Amino acid sequence: MTEYYVCDDDDLAEMGRLVVECGDKQVGVFRVQGEIHAWFNRCAHMRGPVCQGRIYRRVLEPVAEDGTVRMMQQSETEINIVCPWHGYEYDLKTGRHPGNPRIALRRAEHVVREGKIYVRV
Amino acid sequence: MKSDVTPRAIPLREQEISIFTDTRDLLEHSRRDAMKRGLQDWFVCDVDAHHVETVSWKEVVQYIEDPVVRENAMNYQQQRIGAPPYGLNGDLGLRYQSVGGRIPHQDDQREKVEDTSVHRDVTLTRRAMNSLGADYMIVFPTPMLFLGMHPQPEMEIWLARAYTRWTMDKIMAADDRIKTLIYLPFNTPSECVRMVEEFGHLKSVVGFTVTSTRYKPVHHNDYMPVYARIEELGKPIAFHAGYHWQDQSLATVNRFLGMHALGFVWCNMVHMTNWILNGIPERFPRLNSIWVESGLAWVPFLMQRLDDQYLMRQSEAPQLKRMPSDYMRENCFYTTQPMEVTHKKALENTFEMINAKTQLMYSSDWPHFDFDLPSMITDLPFLDEQSKRNILGLNAARLFNLPTDLRKDLAGGGVPLG
Repeated sequence: MTEYYVCDDDDLAEMGRLVVECGDKQVGVFRVQGEIHAWFNRCAHMRGPVCQGRIYRRVLEPVAEDGTVRMMQQSETEINIVCPWHGYEYDLKTGRHPGNPRIALRRAEHVVREGKIYVRV
Repeated sequence: MKSDVTPRAIPLREQEISIFTDTRDLLEHSRRDAMKRGLQDWFVCDVDAHHVETVSWKEVVQYIEDPVVRENAMNYQQQRIGAPPYGLNGDLGLRYQSVGGRIPHQDDQREKVEDTSVHRDVTLTRRAMNSLGADYMIVFPTPMLFLGMHPQPEMEIWLARAYTRWTMDKIMAADDRIKTLIYLPFNTPSECVRMVEEFGHLKSVVGFTVTSTRYKPVHHNDYMPVYARIEELGKPIAFHAGYHWQDQSLATVNRFLGMHALGFVWCNMVHMTNWILNGIPERFPRLNSIWVESGLAWVPFLMQRLDDQYLMRQSEAPQLKRMPSDYMRENCFYTTQPMEVTHKKALENTFEMINAKTQLMYSSDWPHFDFDLPSMITDLPFLDEQSKRNILGLNAARLFNLPTDLRKDLAGGGVPLG
């Protein structure tokens, strides 16, 4: 396993991302609600460049007590990355598909040391 | 200090993929996948890919033969504001395809194209071929897939002929790796015959297309001269599926997901049922049909359903000499995309039931949101290598009479650095 320097901790803003090449592998590093998460840039579906996708809040559809629905809404807490190839969505913090948690991204090991972010692949 | 001795990760050029991303960047993972699987040495024919003809609609309408309609169309294309392209009746579902922008390549492809020696669509198609690992690509239009529902049958003829003549001049003439299945204005059978006779002999024409979203019985006697001419030519007829949200059978489906899942299959199920039960394969035994873009899961369902009913009501289908599923397996070809892969056993069973080794052909449907990669075939655990090679290209080569020399440039197909 090789350790790669990604960027300084200060350079990754809240909801920021940096997708990097580490030898023959690619990793996306994200800061979500203060936490850093690193994922291999390969969608669990067809190995698409998931970390280069757009970021959306998870879509929810609240059901009223009487069983009816009126409108959808965006989650305040769950943030999804969407694979730009086919639209598979993954929670940026857990790496899991919101519709089937068995489908998940592969986490890359990361470390923050002396104000710098590193990944190990 | 540590960062001085630790290798630096290199930021990718495209941090977020958008409608401006170069196809080669977007599909770089596909190219690497194909290289890893040795597809450089495999013959691959993508039987169903698309371009967006409406981007070039200003050019296309100049090819309309009727002088009055041509003048009207050209004026409209010059002066219109906020209206859809002249003559097209695209389904409202087209607005939902990218899932609210989540899948950018479904919205638009505004990437830079420097080469002005060929039409922009030629360059985009070459980029896709080299990234997917395809030696040939059969290219279909996109909004024109709905033209069979146009209230003016004349419009289908005007635009089918204009599009065909334009695509011959601008796309097919530029690169012999790009092929077409000619759009038949199926609402007017005599004009279909005219299309077959006028364009059918061309080398870039590997067959003919019926866009499946339409309310026409494929077994009507009016179509027999069309099938006879196509059979004589020795080229296949394809039924390219599509959806039609205004169809009454889909009137209660409120999610694009559901409408798309059903619509793209339903139209071909209806046409296939009529095709088989009216004995078209018996009447034209050398006419090969291809069933395009409906996926595969519907085929075993329909085979079982028709077989079961046929045995009880044989007198209603007196032309058949075999079971409906025999015709579906022996006289019909299928394209893979969008291949349903979530139940591997069901998929394996489907491959067996349709005799995939000889009847199935790879298709990507690029650049649409549910496109498939060649690796979906190479990675199937239940197929032998010969079957994989057949499905990825050799079945198509046989059906379309294509040479199997390798034409792609996977190794050099990536986006140039800098």
